Amino acid sequence: MRVNGDVRAIQLDTRTTLLDALREHLQLTGSKKGCDHGQCGACTVMVNGQRIYSCLTLAVMHDGDAITTIEGLGQPGNLHPMQAAFVRHDGYQCGYCTPGQICASVAALEEIKAGVPSHVTADLMAMPQVTAEELRERMSGNICRCGAYSNIVDAITEVAGRQA
Amino acid sequence: MRPFTYERARSPAEAATAVARQPDSKFIAGGTNLLDLMKLQIETPAHLIDVNGLGLDRIEATPEGGLRIGALVRNTSLAADERVRRDYGVLARALLAGASGQLRNKATTAGNLLQRTRCPYFYGTAQPCNKRQPGSGCAAIGGVTRQLGVIGTSEACIATHPSDMAVAMRALDAVVETIRADGTARRIPIAEFHRLPGETPHIETAMARDEFITAVTLPPPIGGRHVYRKVRDRASYAFALVSVAAVVQRDGTGRVALGGVAHKPWRVEAAEAELPRGAKQAMAAILDGAQPTHDNAFKVTLAERTLASVLAEARG
Repeated sequence: MRVNGDVRAIQLDTRTTLLDALREHLQLTGSKKGCDHGQCGACTVMVNGQRIYSCLTLAVMHDGDAITTIEGLGQPGNLHPMQAAFVRHDGYQCGYCTPGQICASVAALEEIKAGVPSHVTADLMAMPQVTAEELRERMSGNICRCGAYSNIVDAITEVAGRQA
Repeated sequence: MRPFTYERARSPAEAATAVARQPDSKFIAGGTNLLDLMKLQIETPAHLIDVNGLGLDRIEATPEGGLRIGALVRNTSLAADERVRRDYGVLARALLAGASGQLRNKATTAGNLLQRTRCPYFYGTAQPCNKRQPGSGCAAIGGVTRQLGVIGTSEACIATHPSDMAVAMRALDAVVETIRADGTARRIPIAEFHRLPGETPHIETAMARDEFITAVTLPPPIGGRHVYRKVRDRASYAFALVSVAAVVQRDGTGRVALGGVAHKPWRVEAAEAELPRGAKQAMAAILDGAQPTHDNAFKVTLAERTLASVLAEARG
């Protein structure tokens, strides 16, 4: 696999999920294990640019894939704009869901840019817009136990505005 | 998770042959449902055949003017396809009403059809379940049944099929294309693809053990207003209590399929003649013979009201 730009060759038990491979074998502990059943979103990473739940996929199914985790988006002193926006807008309290929220939101903005509609997109034939309603729907696969949702939407909105 | 061996198939025929060769083997595509069930040891395959590399990820026009959706087309890609958004809006809407962005990026067209029920008694491994352990009984009957089926149920099982996508495909008369280990291909109308539970609720589809889905085809577009309305306990990322997929023509005729009420997408073609007379008459015909429980009798009323809302939207 290519993880955050580096080629990493590992031998694993077939049962190893991508999440466990990242956390336990590659020591990339930014991606979090919340529910381990694809219900909470804390394990969200990007595979070939698309956000997925790393707990619901096997590492062996990603031979040769490009994986981006929160560590690959930014580091202390060199934050990704989304990371910086989460800090500015107080988009977290305990922080456990935050890496997943940030990976999911970066990819969600790419999906909007690519014209992928959502459940709340009024016109399926129009380009989807970055609205609070769209962001809430598109981020529904990431649960925040602390309830920082409104600040998370603010952070994503700011980054989307800057990109536009 | 129980230990298993793993291989990557290189062609649909090879995949079907591999699954026929090894007992207790399963195909894995998106894996979002299968791996969840493997972690809970509800599914315990001894061997997994990864079918992701088969190139079945294209959506092509058919000579008849419809679409042929490769088995491995992801739910996101299918919902975002311009032809699907334009000509099969009910399908795009149903896909987008299901799961979350992360799951839709992984979940495949064939896998969506083959996903297992979310009945809590199927998931609760301390409880009897005729799907999980044939012959063990059904703990759902007499249990907490708010989410469960109201029609087409049996003494052995009252589970529902959880898919949104399949409900829209039922309204669109989709056809499932398969291939078997001996190379024979067949086309299964979606109406015949999913089964009612009867006495064998663990047998959920018309597929043979060594049968592999290669594509789902949609007939040429039928026009009309396309609506998918899903009623659920949360605004997003939840399974349907009741969902209605509808394609309604200008003259008030149309097609309706329901999700959340039965072991398969529920459509009664004969009842659709009642659609111009309104939701009450139509839903009475669609859900004729329903046997809801005390907990889920509300679904019958909810289905009628949801259809009324859908028809109002379609006519507006």
